[in-house]
Amino acid sequence: MTDTNNSLVQIRDLYKRFSISGDFLDQIKFRGGKLVREQEHVHAINGVSLDVIQGEALCVVGESGCGKSTVARTVMGLLKPSAGEVSYRGERIDNLDDKALLPYRKKMQMIFQNPYASLNPRMTIMETLREPVQFHNPSLSAVELRDKIHEVMHSVGVDPSWGERYPHEFSGGQRQRISIARALAVDPEFIVADEPISALDVSIQAQVLNLMMDAQESRNLTYLFITHDLAVVEHFGTRVAVMYLGTLCELASTKNLFAEPRHPYTRALLSAIPRLEDDRPDFIRLQGEVPTPVNLPSGCVFHGRCPHANERCKQEIPALIPLADGSQVACHGVEEGRI
Amino acid sequence: MALLEVKDLEVCFGLRSGAVKALREINFSLERGERLGIVGESGAGKSVLGFSILNLISRPGYISKGAVNFEGQNLADLKPHQLREIRGNRISMIFQDPMMTLNPVLTIGQQMVECLLAHRKMRESDARKIALQKLQQVQIPSPETRLDQYPHELSGGMRQRIVIAIGLLLDPDVIIADEPTTALDVTIQAEIMDLMLNLCEQNNVALILITHDLGVVSEVTQNMMVMYAGRVIERGPTKEIINDPQHPYTQGLMNALPQMAQAGQKLNQIKGAMPPLQRIPTGCAFNPRCEYVMEICRHNLPDSTVSGNCRVACHMVAEMKREQAMGDEV
Repeated sequence: MTDTNNSLVQIRDLYKRFSISGDFLDQIKFRGGKLVREQEHVHAINGVSLDVIQGEALCVVGESGCGKSTVARTVMGLLKPSAGEVSYRGERIDNLDDKALLPYRKKMQMIFQNPYASLNPRMTIMETLREPVQFHNPSLSAVELRDKIHEVMHSVGVDPSWGERYPHEFSGGQRQRISIARALAVDPEFIVADEPISALDVSIQAQVLNLMMDAQESRNLTYLFITHDLAVVEHFGTRVAVMYLGTLCELASTKNLFAEPRHPYTRALLSAIPRLEDDRPDFIRLQGEVPTPVNLPSGCVFHGRCPHANERCKQEIPALIPLADGSQVACHGVEEGRI
Repeated sequence: MALLEVKDLEVCFGLRSGAVKALREINFSLERGERLGIVGESGAGKSVLGFSILNLISRPGYISKGAVNFEGQNLADLKPHQLREIRGNRISMIFQDPMMTLNPVLTIGQQMVECLLAHRKMRESDARKIALQKLQQVQIPSPETRLDQYPHELSGGMRQRIVIAIGLLLDPDVIIADEPTTALDVTIQAEIMDLMLNLCEQNNVALILITHDLGVVSEVTQNMMVMYAGRVIERGPTKEIINDPQHPYTQGLMNALPQMAQAGQKLNQIKGAMPPLQRIPTGCAFNPRCEYVMEICRHNLPDSTVSGNCRVACHMVAEMKREQAMGDEV
């Protein structure tokens, strides 16, 4: 495990299941002359342990349905984990009630993917930005409040005179700036960003990424950055966690991961990025499709699609093993030196 | 004669506030088996261009000028039943979201057979055989069972394969693919693009690939066009444009990619955003965002200048070419 002393957020053995069997009456089935209660679950996260270190940008990547957004929401306390712990600066926060969680909410903020859906269409920008500041700092006077909001708006490049306008009057990039301003307004230490630039155009993506990097530098922020775009990760991330079907496959510094991916899934993922250069090696074709998270495969969740899978992979769930260069990989093949 | 030729195409949308030009002065031609990429940001007009090739623009949009010639015949002159002979049959289209394209209440087989019977006189059992064969071509596992499944039973990648199979059903000459992999994950995207590339090469089908992803364009296409605010600002062989973009917007777009910057350094951003079509500035539409802007750019619309194998609509490039020509004379 990484050094726990300087970690800001700790996630330990996190599990999250969602029931898909409806309410109690829907679950009652008549089987062999008896009434039985049957429940089916989507296993969104299966035993994920991660440390977010102070000052870093930890990127979580994976394909749709791999549980990366669920991790983000569980860390934020928007979802209660089915099992496992989330701690913030060593204090466990996943079991706190809403009131006890309040001081943490101020330190942890979230930026969502779709700036068209995450801003209230009936509130002006000023109202949107004022609400969290006022809520968390009830003692501020009206003037202090206004100054604070203007300062935040300046820092994200939104003209304070636009404060009386409504979200529909802004373009996607500007709306995402406003979402970032809303997150920054309460002076957080830790920001969870769930695909913050996926809905934006390339030239606007660059603007928003630059803004987030500036904010990280000037406000000493720590990011948990959820994305599926590996090019962004390579540029932005300090470390990268690769997820597949609710489990962590590989955790490594960005440089190591892109220079030398270890896990077979990471290799396939990296080889699939469309490149501008001509000399891209052929992408590694995976067999089949991602299995459903309702009935998880036994052993390593990737074994059905892995070109290196053997008997052991089908039986035994691989644990994250630390390697010499500080990377961690959950793969029997890497552990045995086969891959 | 080129297979498909678009000449001076202009498409307008009649709004209450007056007509807005969504496309202006679009010129290009497509040969049999050629793969052309159309790149631009949202609102640049790339999808409108795809639709207007098949005359699928509906009110308040209309083609106000120019022609789309398919094998020498202007598609705008055709009667609806003649146009129907071409749509889907000779030129087919693949859209972004496969869930929206497939009919949710019909099985895959029914949709494919329906499409075949609408264009060809044949028995239903024969149509089903062709459908099966096309599903095998797009490498769908156990195609027989897929024929009797509904779209919701399949994953996103599988659905897009089926949409491609339907696009290929009548052996078209041209496929227009409008962001075919944007809704899919990277590993699935790589498989689908690989598949489309092989199918187009095997069957000598021309492909118009509309996308915002420069990486995809560079891997799949031979030629490309870059669009900005309804105009084509740069056109030429894909390799040359990717390696040496000449228009400041194309340069900006390439430089803004995270791959182009040093890790951890700031990205090279283009300031501002693309103007809405109602408020396109006079002169070159890119002038408020351009770092090389000159006085002439604010007043005159640049014509496209030939530069090597490319055509670039930029005053600066035109000026450089003029100076070069003068230098050569001296």
